Amino acid sequence: MFYREAGQFKTSYSADQAIFPIRQDRNFLVALFIFAYLAVPMIANEYWLSTILLPFLVFGLAALGLNILTGYAGQLSLGTGGFMATGAFAAYKLAVAFPDMNIVFVFLLSGVVTAIVGVLFGIPSLRIKGFYLAVATLAAQFFLVWVYNKFGWFTNYSSSGVISAPPRAVFGDFFVTGSSAGAIEKYLFTLTLVLVLALAAKNIVRSHIGRSWMAIRDMDIAAEIIGIKPLATKLTAFAVSSFYIGIAGALWAFIYTSSVEASAFDISRSFQILFMIIIGGLGSVMGSFLGAAFIVLLPIFLSNAPTLFGVTVAVDIISHVEFMIFGALIIFFLIVEPHGLARLWQVGKEKLRLWPFPY
Amino acid sequence: MILKKLVLAAAGVAVGVTGFAVSQAKAAEQFIPSLVYRTGPFAPGGIPFADGAMDYYKLLNERDGGINGVKLVIEECDTAYNNDRGVECYERLKNKGSTGAAVFSPLSTGITYALIDRATKDKIPIFSMGYGRTDASDGRVFPYVFTAPSTYWSQASALVKYIGSQEGGMANLKGKKIALVYLDGAYGKEPIPTLKLLAKKYGFSFSGFPVTYPGLEQKATWLTIGRKLRPDWIFMWGWGVMNQTAIKEAANVGFPMNRFIGNWWSGAEGDTVPAGKAAIGYKSSAFHAPGQNFLVHLDILKYVYAKGNGTTTEAKVGQVLYNRGLINSVFVTEAIRTAMGKYGNKPMTGEQVRWGFENLNMSKAKLAKLGLSGFMKPFKLSCLDHEGGSPLRIQEWKGSQWEFVSDWIEPMKDIVRPMIEASAAKYAAEKGITPRKCDGTD
Amino acid sequence: MEFLNAIFVAPFVEIWEYPVFFVEVVVAGLLSGIMYSLVALGFVLIFKASGVFNFAQGAMVLFAALTLVGLMEHGAPTLIALIGTIVVMIILALAIERVVLRPLVNQEPIILFMATIGLSYFLDGFGQLVWGSDIKVLDLGIPSAPMEYGGILVNQFDLVAALVAGLLVATLAVFFQKTRIGRALRAVADDHQAALSVGIPLKTIWAIVWSVAGLVGLVAGIMWGTKLGVQFSLTFVALKALPVLILGGFTSIPGAIVGGLIIGVGEKVAEVFWGPAFGGAIEDWFAYMLALAFLLFRPQGLFGDKIIERV
Repeated sequence: MFYREAGQFKTSYSADQAIFPIRQDRNFLVALFIFAYLAVPMIANEYWLSTILLPFLVFGLAALGLNILTGYAGQLSLGTGGFMATGAFAAYKLAVAFPDMNIVFVFLLSGVVTAIVGVLFGIPSLRIKGFYLAVATLAAQFFLVWVYNKFGWFTNYSSSGVISAPPRAVFGDFFVTGSSAGAIEKYLFTLTLVLVLALAAKNIVRSHIGRSWMAIRDMDIAAEIIGIKPLATKLTAFAVSSFYIGIAGALWAFIYTSSVEASAFDISRSFQILFMIIIGGLGSVMGSFLGAAFIVLLPIFLSNAPTLFGVTVAVDIISHVEFMIFGALIIFFLIVEPHGLARLWQVGKEKLRLWPFPY
Repeated sequence: MILKKLVLAAAGVAVGVTGFAVSQAKAAEQFIPSLVYRTGPFAPGGIPFADGAMDYYKLLNERDGGINGVKLVIEECDTAYNNDRGVECYERLKNKGSTGAAVFSPLSTGITYALIDRATKDKIPIFSMGYGRTDASDGRVFPYVFTAPSTYWSQASALVKYIGSQEGGMANLKGKKIALVYLDGAYGKEPIPTLKLLAKKYGFSFSGFPVTYPGLEQKATWLTIGRKLRPDWIFMWGWGVMNQTAIKEAANVGFPMNRFIGNWWSGAEGDTVPAGKAAIGYKSSAFHAPGQNFLVHLDILKYVYAKGNGTTTEAKVGQVLYNRGLINSVFVTEAIRTAMGKYGNKPMTGEQVRWGFENLNMSKAKLAKLGLSGFMKPFKLSCLDHEGGSPLRIQEWKGSQWEFVSDWIEPMKDIVRPMIEASAAKYAAEKGITPRKCDGTD
Repeated sequence: MEFLNAIFVAPFVEIWEYPVFFVEVVVAGLLSGIMYSLVALGFVLIFKASGVFNFAQGAMVLFAALTLVGLMEHGAPTLIALIGTIVVMIILALAIERVVLRPLVNQEPIILFMATIGLSYFLDGFGQLVWGSDIKVLDLGIPSAPMEYGGILVNQFDLVAALVAGLLVATLAVFFQKTRIGRALRAVADDHQAALSVGIPLKTIWAIVWSVAGLVGLVAGIMWGTKLGVQFSLTFVALKALPVLILGGFTSIPGAIVGGLIIGVGEKVAEVFWGPAFGGAIEDWFAYMLALAFLLFRPQGLFGDKIIERV
């Protein structure tokens, strides 16, 4: 009843090819932006801003990067943590070496550095496929974390190997890193950056590059036969994916935790992001964010649920139950909806089109 | 299909509600969060620590009705030694209670690093007892971080002093080989600059052997150490499963156990018992005594365990890490008591507890009153000195318990303090912090 | 310059100067490689028979060891505890087949792989929930004193582990070649459809395979648990087995052994002689790099089945 496109005519090619062709979608999006930019900073307390929304955005970006590589291009990668570390340490070195460079450029450049590293570790993908590639990316994961741990150059020779984000402002007094940055400024900055990058990602996957990725994912030999160059395509996938993951890592280190050591990006981080895209939906931009929201909120919900119901449960039991529920949910999602929450969202929208009729 | 969506929607609403959960401590109660790890790869060390800490709080509530009549409300939060979980626990608990959280003890060097900025901004002290950032001992740059009673750099210097005394004098250290086996991370790397400095000063050769987390594979490391390098002394900066693996591998290559000294986090029952008889003779340093022969333990057994309220079993009361957790709670509560001395007998805010820490004076009389005579040496903190400079003792594993085998050893303050001040100054410059003057005006 | 020297010259000089030490390192590498193979064997079994890369093998090793120690701590004599653990692992295998595998029949391998990752998390949490997170000492009376054979230091425990691994491989070889069930397993590994068409019950075979993998996991759990103590970190051992699998091939039992030996030796020799050039602790990623190098020249591993792709 509400979700009909009757009366919406497209009179230009660009209108026809818009990302959100239905007016209701656009209205919903505008409402969401207004809510996110205006309402949330006013009503959310610091805990929500800095411990739930901020990691949600950062993880969403990282999941988006991994989704580009695994969901759209079909290259299973377990090296996400190592690439996030690359982004974080590259951003640190750049910020310290060029104190006058705007923080946005620092992040973008750290993404470029990570993209180069990603391409290097993506070269084996031309020979290796499937699980073997996953294990090869594990080599990248272990090697990169070891490098940042080992060579003092990356941490400015600090005795402990921990890097601490220097205070930087985007413009004037709007500090987003360091101790003077408020939760609201950090949130708004990250929100803007992530939205811009997500928009860019959506456009890339709709372009001929994205289509070539999906062709390689589905039938790589057939794709090669019809003229898609596997070398360029796979390496582009690694480059773009690592760009996103690197920026996510830099955001993690600078804005979310403000000080980080290499072991924060170990293999459990890689698995965490892989879970996000599995649950959220492979091959979907929105799915990355849905999955990120799920994985960020689930442990908090599990820790707080007993107090809500007035029962005290020992903290270690909660942790163990969390692990179990995690694993069970992954299996559940894979059985019930292998295409993840994004597919559920799509199905919901389709049902909404017919509402109130059942079919 | 519909049922599935309803369930998902309900879950979503429930999750949304949890974020707005309101704290429950009533007035006239002091809220103290307890960051612990009862799960994860370091749980064998974290569990006894958490138990000891919790038991002391329970004792105070049962025996004394709290601190000066203000009851304590404790909430544990499991971090699994994970930095971002530590941050999440911090953010969730920092405003609980009528006056907010009193103090945070992260029990992890990584989490300490992650929290220093936030806690300084939120005006909540961080008590990183014997771990964390050593240079935070300079109270001028780190007003909200306390590292009492000793730090890694001090410990390294005291260990070198000990082996000097074992070799018959510091001059006899010349030409000796000393190795450090350490967990490859912030924690393990802390003593290296100090040891390198001392190596230059006293003429011994220092080699570092990093072990990748979690430390399961050490055979290659120990083959090199035991069969090729054959050092005179080995120090260990390990934690968790790395410790017992190292002890086993050291026994496998036949390295004499009595020349193997672990730091105070590498010397607990959980490290030696799994290695069996091979661990006998292994040493470690400590700044407090092991065992349950102190009045405070008797009180705990009487007021907490006799009423069936104990957090662990009676046999585990008095274990090394149990006592570690206990003394952590002692320092926290004494800081709160000191603060109450100035601000009155009511729940303290983080800022007030910080003042309490800075003026903490663990005198011999106070230790006796707490039932801790001979448990550790007295010390006091000040604006300038957040460390306290407590001496260490070396303990040895005798097969079924730990026993002291040395006198109290003072750290080399004249070497360590300048290093601390230099490192703190560098941090202040990097972060744009103006150090305090500590002359009574701030 | 010094770095190049440390990589290309110094290690060989060292090997030349300390030949006995080099032999010790090689022997230690071989023996630790056998320990990796024990874990890798479980992976190979399941992959061979059902095409599923079972990431939960590490969790199964931990779970088996936890159950064994837990039962022993509750007072059961060793033999009863062993039998009890075997029963538990078989029940676990049946449950996995019913709950995880059957609903996911015909899905892509990557989905199954991710399901096993979820399974490993579940088993981790469940095992620790039931038995606790403390380190448990597993002592079955296996001697572990070091011994010297002609100036070379060898550990008795490692020798016992090598023997056990050899016995296990021999038993599995006999099982696969001589028994009816073994033949059925090989048939399923070759071609599911064809096996079904001659009347081999697929679901029963999968349950059997997972049980056998569980038992192999139990043996690995006993050996590793005695060596390291039974605790959560045991699951990291699975990560060590992955390079072994790549080297040896996912579908070959002798490949698991040979791959384990190569990785073990390569790792230890690299760590001891080349490690100092890099500052130490290179074991972890070196094994993966070694496997990666092999993969570039032989994508299916040394003994694995050649990958044939059809459009």
